[in-house]
Amino acid sequence: MTTTELLRANLLSPIVLSFALGIMARVVRSEFALPKDIYLGISIFLLWALGLQGGIELRHSPLQAIAGPAVVTILLGCLTPVSAYLVLKRIGRFSAADSAAMAAHYGSVSAVTFIAATTFVKSQGMEAEGFMPTLLTLLESPGIAVALAIGAVQTNTGGRPVREVLHEVLTGRTMVLLLGGLMVGFLIGDQNWQVIQPFYDTKGAVFRGLLCLFMLEMGVTAGARLGDLKKVGGFLLGFGMIMPLLHGALGVWLGHIAGLSIGGATVLGTMAASASYIAAPPAVRLTLPQANPTYYLTSALVITFPFNLLVGIPVYFQLARWLGGTP
Amino acid sequence: MNPVSMQLVTIIAEHVLREPIAADLRRLGARGYSVGEVEGEGTRGVHAQDWQGRNLRFETVVTREVAGRIMDHLAGTYFHDYAVIAYATTVEVVRSEKFT
Repeated sequence: MTTTELLRANLLSPIVLSFALGIMARVVRSEFALPKDIYLGISIFLLWALGLQGGIELRHSPLQAIAGPAVVTILLGCLTPVSAYLVLKRIGRFSAADSAAMAAHYGSVSAVTFIAATTFVKSQGMEAEGFMPTLLTLLESPGIAVALAIGAVQTNTGGRPVREVLHEVLTGRTMVLLLGGLMVGFLIGDQNWQVIQPFYDTKGAVFRGLLCLFMLEMGVTAGARLGDLKKVGGFLLGFGMIMPLLHGALGVWLGHIAGLSIGGATVLGTMAASASYIAAPPAVRLTLPQANPTYYLTSALVITFPFNLLVGIPVYFQLARWLGGTP
Repeated sequence: MNPVSMQLVTIIAEHVLREPIAADLRRLGARGYSVGEVEGEGTRGVHAQDWQGRNLRFETVVTREVAGRIMDHLAGTYFHDYAVIAYATTVEVVRSEKFT
């Protein structure tokens, strides 16, 4: 399949079209929106299912298979916030606080983009390694911590104590559900899993169906912020698309070196390319209050998320195939 | 029971400030508070979490002295960087000993 065919197949996937419909609904000023609590409930289900299934798969993964990918994942978590910060500060001429705030988002990872990448890889008849959700939890926190540390030093505001920030990131919804799910999944074993699998299976109908509903609301949320694109300027528009490509390529390459399959390298590349918009915003808001939320929310949610969904994931997949020797 | 005049301090704040403000109120002498979610628009526009959580409205009934302390603290700590407003009104309460 050529890159163009991949892009076309991706554009017609239920996830992407649900997201597009959500945006359209907001553009035509429809009153449609998913009730907040239902949206929150679905996000809990998605993360919990992801964690549980990851825990089950973790039981079947030998330690030496995970060690290499785990090391490169943490490396990515430390590198991507620094590269994002330097580009924003030196080339984009953003203030230290704004640069660090955005770097925290690009250093962390978006779980929904991760799910979209896993689904895409499966639709191409491949499988990412079962331990990928473990890598997702590894990549969530370091980026936020590194970027906030840069921000605290550069803006010379002591900010909040490190302990408080760490507590917030590590006890956030994403971490508790993913890490908790991994542990519970690991402990319950295959027999117990079979009982609940039809409900929680990330390849199953319930998960895929709810994911579409979730994407519909993501589209509405992104659509509501479309107007902010005018406020953030051309540089951030370019940054939100070029930075993911660079981070994504780095992630795919490192994943390939660490021995991940084509599917696994695609998902790791997507993780590196994605920008967090669930865990990072509250941590950043409390730690770097002088940073402008319009910049970091718009770039992460309105530019980078749709870009990865529409273009990024197929590109990282093609890159992984090329590195893996199947052009 | 004779009603006594006290101050009702109302604070509308971003969702992320739930824990910090709750802790501040206790520390500054409020005996209790109510908190709920509200929707609306203000001069700042974007809130860090406005698509994950709505704004919060804190209400606490306190003495005039404590109300002053709370207002001063909010102004010094949050007004510059966060979307926060606060106002106080005089209310008549019974069982005023509950609030002091």
